[in-house]
Amino acid sequence: MTAATPKDRATDGDAPSVHRIHVRVNGEAHTVEVASWVTLLDLLRDRWHLTGTKKGCDHGQCGACTVLVNGRRTLSCLQLAVMRDGAEITTVEGLEQGDGLHPLQVAFVQHDALQCGYCTPGQLCSAVGLINEGQATTLDEVRELMSGNLCRCGAYVQIAQAVAEVALHPGEHGSERASSPVVTGTVPG
Amino acid sequence: MSPFEYRQASTAAEALLQLGATQQAMASRDAPRFIAGGTNLLDLMKENLTQPPRLVDINALPLDEVTLLPDGSFRLGALARNADTAYHPEVRTHLPLLSAAILAGASPQVRNMASNGGNLLQRTRCVYFYDALVPCNKRAPGTGCPARDGLARQHAILGTSEHCIAVHPSDMCVALAALDAVVQVRSATGERSIPFADFHRLPGDTPERDTELADDELIESILVRPSRHYAAHSAYLKLRERQSYAFALVSVAAALDIGVDGRIRSGRLALGGVASRPWRDQSAEEWLAGKPPSTSLFEDVAALVLHGAVPHGAGPGSNAFKVPMARRAIVRALETATAGTVTNQGDKVW
Repeated sequence: MTAATPKDRATDGDAPSVHRIHVRVNGEAHTVEVASWVTLLDLLRDRWHLTGTKKGCDHGQCGACTVLVNGRRTLSCLQLAVMRDGAEITTVEGLEQGDGLHPLQVAFVQHDALQCGYCTPGQLCSAVGLINEGQATTLDEVRELMSGNLCRCGAYVQIAQAVAEVALHPGEHGSERASSPVVTGTVPG
Repeated sequence: MSPFEYRQASTAAEALLQLGATQQAMASRDAPRFIAGGTNLLDLMKENLTQPPRLVDINALPLDEVTLLPDGSFRLGALARNADTAYHPEVRTHLPLLSAAILAGASPQVRNMASNGGNLLQRTRCVYFYDALVPCNKRAPGTGCPARDGLARQHAILGTSEHCIAVHPSDMCVALAALDAVVQVRSATGERSIPFADFHRLPGDTPERDTELADDELIESILVRPSRHYAAHSAYLKLRERQSYAFALVSVAAALDIGVDGRIRSGRLALGGVASRPWRDQSAEEWLAGKPPSTSLFEDVAALVLHGAVPHGAGPGSNAFKVPMARRAIVRALETATAGTVTNQGDKVW
């Protein structure tokens, strides 16, 4: 987390607080003054026109606003910009590598893991976070750990395959559940 | 959100001072609040359910460690993130029940942001509480409870009062209740410890107060007593309308200490989704002690726990299904714990 304290500007009783913050977004340093109540999502979209990140629900329920903060996937709609002074932020616009697409972006295209594309930036940033976390070892775990990102078009099967390809290994991935019956009262190995 | 001041604190003393020192000129119907992860507070503010005139950011306080203490107990810092707590190697090894419960809740993004202290303080997701335009005794005392005869599928069957049937939504808290945790809090005048069983309140006549935490107190850590003897037989079973990313209809935290003779030395059992706090029944736990595990024993335990359960809601909004569901979930969770330790990774609980 940050060690710097945002500098207050207006602090008297009736004036709302405005704070100056320094953040790095997709590798670029920015200094900006924000009101206390501005969310990171609104700052990214409205101030810096980084409109890749989407406002799907604005209440932390859909995952479309997922960005990476200091390498961790988080919901930008549920963070105050003023609390991210000193942070490194990565949005979907920052995923490209050199002149090319991020391997996840390539996999999403190859697996047809999008229809309208609205959830896609959030899915991609969430998948980058999932890979950084290193906790998913099977397709079922990838599905579980991507469940914070909703897709109203229903591209889940392809999204899971695309993420599994990059997070785990190339080739098709199958569910362990597909071949295991549910047996009451027993614990599968 | 309504306009508010933002302040940072770097010590508990400073944080408590900032909480109290709201300028007179800022007229507000609500009190200033601490903010840590913000995943519940900012949502409540966006819904205009709370309008603090000032937020005091406590993230710089040195309270984010998860520490295994020499006597085998764990100190979970209030500012440690839920994800970091769940994935902590020693928590995974010695408190698999806690790890499983945390990972059963919310989404990975929310778990990355949410603090342990905030998880305790999160408010009910009752649809009526969340709608500022309808009556709700928890949000606006004295206005009534539309859930009792309305949409109550997510609501309580135990510990309710005529004023409120809201449910506490946390999974982590169900495990902490089962593990007999203690909440360490600080105020300007000193520290105190609140046993987990006493932390969350039943609605009674004052449903507006969710917890015993005073308005001028800060949660510093949660202490979990040595629980290694439960690590080999722990299960968190969460039943919900989706396979993931949904609140519990009913959840069960079950942990058993099974002796070499195969008998249960002691057991812990707590239910989520059924009350305004995690539901433990010590007489039911005592019934397990000394007996060999069996389905009929677990059915007796379930009957004890659910004695006095009362359904609410009307028509399709009724939560009557929770009574048999909870009974079966208790039996299933205890059977699962008997067989070994299962960490709930979505489908793997089966």
